[in-house]
Amino acid sequence: MSAIVYIPNDSAAISIGADQVAALIAQEAVKRSLDVTIIRNGTRGALWLETLVEVVTPQGRTAYGPVQPSDVSSLFDADFLSGGTHLLSLGLTEEIAWFAGQDRVTYKRVGIIDPLSLKDYESLGGLVGLRKAITQSGSEIVAEVTASGLRGRGGAGFPAGIKWKTVLDAQADQKYVCCNADEGDSGTFADRILIEADPFTLIEGMAIAAVAVGATEGFVYLRSEYPTAITRLRDAIAIAESAGVLGSSVLGSKHAFNLEVRVGAGSYVCGEETAMLESLEGKRGVIRSKPPLPAIAGLFGKPTIINNVLTLASVPEIMASGAAAYAARGTGRSLGTQVFQLAGNIARGGIIETAFGITLETLVKTFGGGTLSGKPLRAVQIGGPLGAYFNSSHLGVSMDYESLAAAGGMLGHGGVVLFDDSVDLAQQAKFAMEFCALESCGKCTPCRLGSTRGAETIEKIISGVDVPANKLLLLDLCEVMTDGSLCAMGGLTPLPVKSAMNNFPEDFTGGAR
Amino acid sequence: MTMLIEPDFGTPASKKNETVTVEIDGKSVTVPAETSIMRAAAMLGNNIPKLCATDRLKAFGSCRLCVVEIDGRNGTPSSCTTPVTEGMKVSTKTDRVQKIRRGVMELYMSDHPANCETGDECSMHSMAKEVGLTEVRYEGKTHLGLVKDETNPYFTFDSTECIVCNRCVRACDEVQGTFALTIENRGFEARVSSSGTSFIDSECVSCGACVQACPTGALTEKTLLTIGAPTRSVITTCAYCGVGCSFKAEMRGDEVVRMVPLKDGGANAGHSCVKGRFAWGYATHQDRITKPMIREKITDEWREVSFEEAIAFAAAGLKKIQAESGPDSIGGITSSRCTNEEVYVVQKMVRAAFGNNNVDTCARVCHSPTGYGLSKTFGTSAGTQDFESVEFSDVIMVIGANPAVAHPVFNSRMKQALRRGAKLIVVDPRVTETVKSAHVQADHHLQLMPGTNVAVINALAHVIATEGLIDRAFVEQRCDLEAFATWEKFISLPENSPETLEAASGVPAQKIREAARIFASAPNGAIYYGLGVTEHSQGSTMVMGIANLAMATGNIGRKGVGVNPLRGQNNVQGSCDMGSFPHELPGYRHISRDDVRDIYNKKWGVTLRAEPGLRIPNMFDSALGNKFRGLYVHGEDIAQSDPNTTHVHAALRSMDMVIVQDLFLNETSKFAHVFLPGTSFLEKDGTFTNAERRINRVRPVMPSKTGKTEYEVTCDLARAMGYDMSYENAAQIMDEIAATTPTFAGVSFEHLDRVGSLQWPVNEKAPEGTPTMHINEFVRGEGKFMPTPYVATLEKSTRKFPLLLTTGRILSQYNVGAQTRRTANNIWHSEDILDIHESDAEMRGIKDGSWVKLSSRVGETIMHARITDSVPAGVVYTTFHFPESGANVITTDYSDWATNCPEYKVTAVEISPSEKGPAVIHPHEIAGDSQLESIIRMANQIAANVPTTSAPEIEVAHHIVQFWTPEMRERLHNDVDRSKLDPIVLKAMELESVQ
Repeated sequence: MSAIVYIPNDSAAISIGADQVAALIAQEAVKRSLDVTIIRNGTRGALWLETLVEVVTPQGRTAYGPVQPSDVSSLFDADFLSGGTHLLSLGLTEEIAWFAGQDRVTYKRVGIIDPLSLKDYESLGGLVGLRKAITQSGSEIVAEVTASGLRGRGGAGFPAGIKWKTVLDAQADQKYVCCNADEGDSGTFADRILIEADPFTLIEGMAIAAVAVGATEGFVYLRSEYPTAITRLRDAIAIAESAGVLGSSVLGSKHAFNLEVRVGAGSYVCGEETAMLESLEGKRGVIRSKPPLPAIAGLFGKPTIINNVLTLASVPEIMASGAAAYAARGTGRSLGTQVFQLAGNIARGGIIETAFGITLETLVKTFGGGTLSGKPLRAVQIGGPLGAYFNSSHLGVSMDYESLAAAGGMLGHGGVVLFDDSVDLAQQAKFAMEFCALESCGKCTPCRLGSTRGAETIEKIISGVDVPANKLLLLDLCEVMTDGSLCAMGGLTPLPVKSAMNNFPEDFTGGAR
Repeated sequence: MTMLIEPDFGTPASKKNETVTVEIDGKSVTVPAETSIMRAAAMLGNNIPKLCATDRLKAFGSCRLCVVEIDGRNGTPSSCTTPVTEGMKVSTKTDRVQKIRRGVMELYMSDHPANCETGDECSMHSMAKEVGLTEVRYEGKTHLGLVKDETNPYFTFDSTECIVCNRCVRACDEVQGTFALTIENRGFEARVSSSGTSFIDSECVSCGACVQACPTGALTEKTLLTIGAPTRSVITTCAYCGVGCSFKAEMRGDEVVRMVPLKDGGANAGHSCVKGRFAWGYATHQDRITKPMIREKITDEWREVSFEEAIAFAAAGLKKIQAESGPDSIGGITSSRCTNEEVYVVQKMVRAAFGNNNVDTCARVCHSPTGYGLSKTFGTSAGTQDFESVEFSDVIMVIGANPAVAHPVFNSRMKQALRRGAKLIVVDPRVTETVKSAHVQADHHLQLMPGTNVAVINALAHVIATEGLIDRAFVEQRCDLEAFATWEKFISLPENSPETLEAASGVPAQKIREAARIFASAPNGAIYYGLGVTEHSQGSTMVMGIANLAMATGNIGRKGVGVNPLRGQNNVQGSCDMGSFPHELPGYRHISRDDVRDIYNKKWGVTLRAEPGLRIPNMFDSALGNKFRGLYVHGEDIAQSDPNTTHVHAALRSMDMVIVQDLFLNETSKFAHVFLPGTSFLEKDGTFTNAERRINRVRPVMPSKTGKTEYEVTCDLARAMGYDMSYENAAQIMDEIAATTPTFAGVSFEHLDRVGSLQWPVNEKAPEGTPTMHINEFVRGEGKFMPTPYVATLEKSTRKFPLLLTTGRILSQYNVGAQTRRTANNIWHSEDILDIHESDAEMRGIKDGSWVKLSSRVGETIMHARITDSVPAGVVYTTFHFPESGANVITTDYSDWATNCPEYKVTAVEISPSEKGPAVIHPHEIAGDSQLESIIRMANQIAANVPTTSAPEIEVAHHIVQFWTPEMRERLHNDVDRSKLDPIVLKAMELESVQ
């Protein structure tokens, strides 16, 4: 009987040698006349364990990691194909504490299956949600999504059901579903991993959305920096089309839905939904004023659902297991699970999907294991480059939309980036302004000019020039940017700046730290 | 002496009918739903600070100055992008929003010159003051070192003053539709760019919309910098094409600083093109002649004289001719560039003082078939719509017109409709800019061979008639059913099928069928056409074919539909309205009508002749026979613009007294004995009537450079001829027009000054004018279908002349170029060029850019060749803007069978490489009796084309009586070799009695 070995084909795993590991295992098997079947699965999200090699044993999938190409020979020597013990032995994958402590809902199949096997996908509950959806009316589906409490995972946290209802109620000859996969936040990778590891979940989620509101065309706006995800999603769409999941009759129903991947062009601001629409239409990616909301007049002026990858990918499970099961997770108005991404100076980085309400401390210490450098943790930035910098006094904060807002921050796309005590928060504040200056679409004045003036002013503070006056000017500027900017790019850039000033005032006294 | 500042409400008016009531700073206002807060506030007189918003453009929301607070809502939304909702309470002046405004202006001013070169033209410093900004605390990098782009001859782009508000980019996109401008780069480096190249090398068409939209001095007219800020403005009308744009002439003393399109302008709604906006410098060009001049012989030097002497000399000459050769030996030509009042006075002079009806107009050579065709079918010679109508169209058919270059302001409006989803069908032998240009492509291009319009229109109508696409309800309710039945039978004949006519037109039958179905099934289908329709031997037939198509599909009598001639010159419509045709008195009333003549007999104290006078080409023929010897030419350059130059020159040379009244010593003045200086539109007081029948005021912005108005000069000549006429002012002339012309009954300068403009008819039934004609019934009562048999033109390609030449114009030049050649527009087009298809060029060894000799059976000329695929193989194309190239040296004397409008659009030619450039054009003598030849040709052509299916001889006889002078009819009977005449003509002659 052939031994089955899982080796991820996730781009993060590949970047540290997964392909070589796979090739060497195949070679070694031939050399040793062993019958090995290698399945390239997606990553399970424990990037600190990559390359995570799993072997199917009667007890379940047994894990070894992180495996370097140089470890392959010794793994064979240790008879890893039968679950033999090795220095890199991690035991049964499911029992690894890092995984066992999670609640994988959206990421249910991630890392477990061959991403492009529709059979694998269905064997783990895939298409159940869509099959259910095609038997329901649009308003029934929308009601289910509303009842689940699902909110936009892209950062704004707007209730998905309400957005869908607006599109459902809009009268138009054409509606669209657009998936925002322009995942540009620093320290985030959940969209990429999902697309690479379980693309059919996104496809199914979009198809459910389309069936719900009567959209017949869908677009995934995928950033060009994710070439593997682009290829994989396109392959998955082709498979879904030939299997009748997509096309003129979704799973044999009266609903048509065609899906297409559109590749971004390297602009951060195109992750803002209206700029994304402009870009999808083939125009320069600049922000549109709202109103009109995209749900009323979106892509090509038609009613359009725009949701993040994780939002749409959560829908199949909500439809399959019911809104109540999903809403039973979480806390307050933050229901369901959140796919957190641990990054930066962290010992155990990767994906943590849990119900909302986990504390920051549990995330960064229990799961993350503190800093990679081993030096004291000084700052955590939550929610990407426009998110707030917290200090160690905030570690008790509950990771949900409302609590983070109350603490002066935001959840954003769920990125959590750790910094040790070598970080200079004035430099980080300046970086926030510089990032805005680099990525601003240039439409509105506060963002276009304010970001550059902000970086210049912080530099003056750092250099000790008129520090009190420049701090006052910086605060005035932050107010103009917050209140005056057209979109969240300029509007939220003051968040990292002001949180750094408030939580790390000692870094803003002039002179290098 | 004041500057007109048009209010800017910040965002366009909402077109919603429902209203909402909102409270802004405690004041209540009721506005149409979807009105922006900014506009609602402006209607209360509360001008919320703004920089990126202007009511010509959609709200954009980039400057963030206009932020407000709304009760019950978070944040500070921009008032330009936020629509009002019922009961909304808005605060526009809270501390919070004032602080944002100051903060925004502080950012702006940190990257703006401390002193702007353009002074108050840049609104930044005054805006800083308005929002209370006293200090700029930022110091950092700026764009103040950027270099100006001065490549455009008319305006500069100074990026240092640019605030990246996108108004220029949006104006180029939304108003003009050229998309030449963009923003390059992101963030702080975001800058306005003419798409990565200099303005002059970009796709920019210099319409000026961006300059007008710019709230700073970044885009500025060069004249503003050289002359200084204007101190007063006068509303007037452009003197170029038939769109008739309204402008504010902004003046400093008697000098024009700039021409700014008027937002309130009925025809242009605030838009302009490069000609009207910028190319007015000819009016004060050094070539202007401002003193009268005379000479005994055309080989003599000109002698400057007083007006009195010039008039006396001219009158003596004319009187002598009449004494020697009879009253019909002189005539006049009115100008489509002059005002209605000037035209009226000239035709009055001819009819009353010269005592004959030998008056014609340059419309003869452009839109006379429109007059004939639309009168026959609808009952009056005019377009049926206003320009706004195109915004309501679902399918637009453009035939033989290239509005992208010839009527750019209308074209921009049409492009807005196309961008909203209207379909475009273009019928044209060439791939014109209207067929295909940046961001616009016709859905259907019916690329026919020149001269086969009627084949195409018949094929389209055939499909509609035989595929059950006729709007029978409309036809039954509105049209003469007997005529319709005849037409339907005729058009359904197999000979009119697209499959049969494909061989002639070259348009695949399937394409015709698709276009016909699309047009017939559109809720609103509109037809716009130009000289590519009229300037053919079947010009009048084609106009009737167009009218038939519109009636058959029910596309008459409401917004979004209609039949619309795009008029070439500013006042073609007006000059025709004013009785410039030899057979018609003002208001298109035939000279034979006793009741009409009575009105004028009484008013003018004369006895008008009841027979039509000579048309322009008939005048030339008669001149060559030494019977027609004196001509007054008012503002038209017949020596350049009329076809078969050799023939025209010979005719002019044979005359004894040619009087030219013009701004410049034009080509015709080379044959003149008297030159009377004319006035430019900037000196005129009067009215122009545009293609939508809109009577616009022309107001003098500076004193006449000749010291006289043109109508005074005309009156002086009339008096010197022995007929007493004079007017105190132009308004008095319009009063006389109104008193004698029913369609103008309600028009007066006072009325026009009050409402801006009026579309005739303006009378008791329509006191405020008529934007859409034929609403409940046609002017003639029932719409009349006319049979339109396709008759191929006599001008055919032969072995000797295997190519067909067609002519047109270009954006930057206008007509014979008398005006535009005297402006910086030459930078874009400084010579006429021959467009030729690659295969035709290769066969003849012609290289791109080389000299080629272009010859037809009547003449030859030399010009540069351009190899292009915009013309099909077998067709060549050129413009006629430059006298050096003399495009009309080769055009022939073939003309429309009904109106003698020349067949400019089809000339059989041959091309050969040439070693050198154009030589002096040597005229050769005209041999034979050209009048007799014309009479035979005209009579046979009428017989071949007359629109009837039974008893054509009656129609032919009627036509000849209606349009020919008695002398021509006499020659037909007495001098013509009858074997040369069509049997139908012979029959007609029996019916037609010659006095």
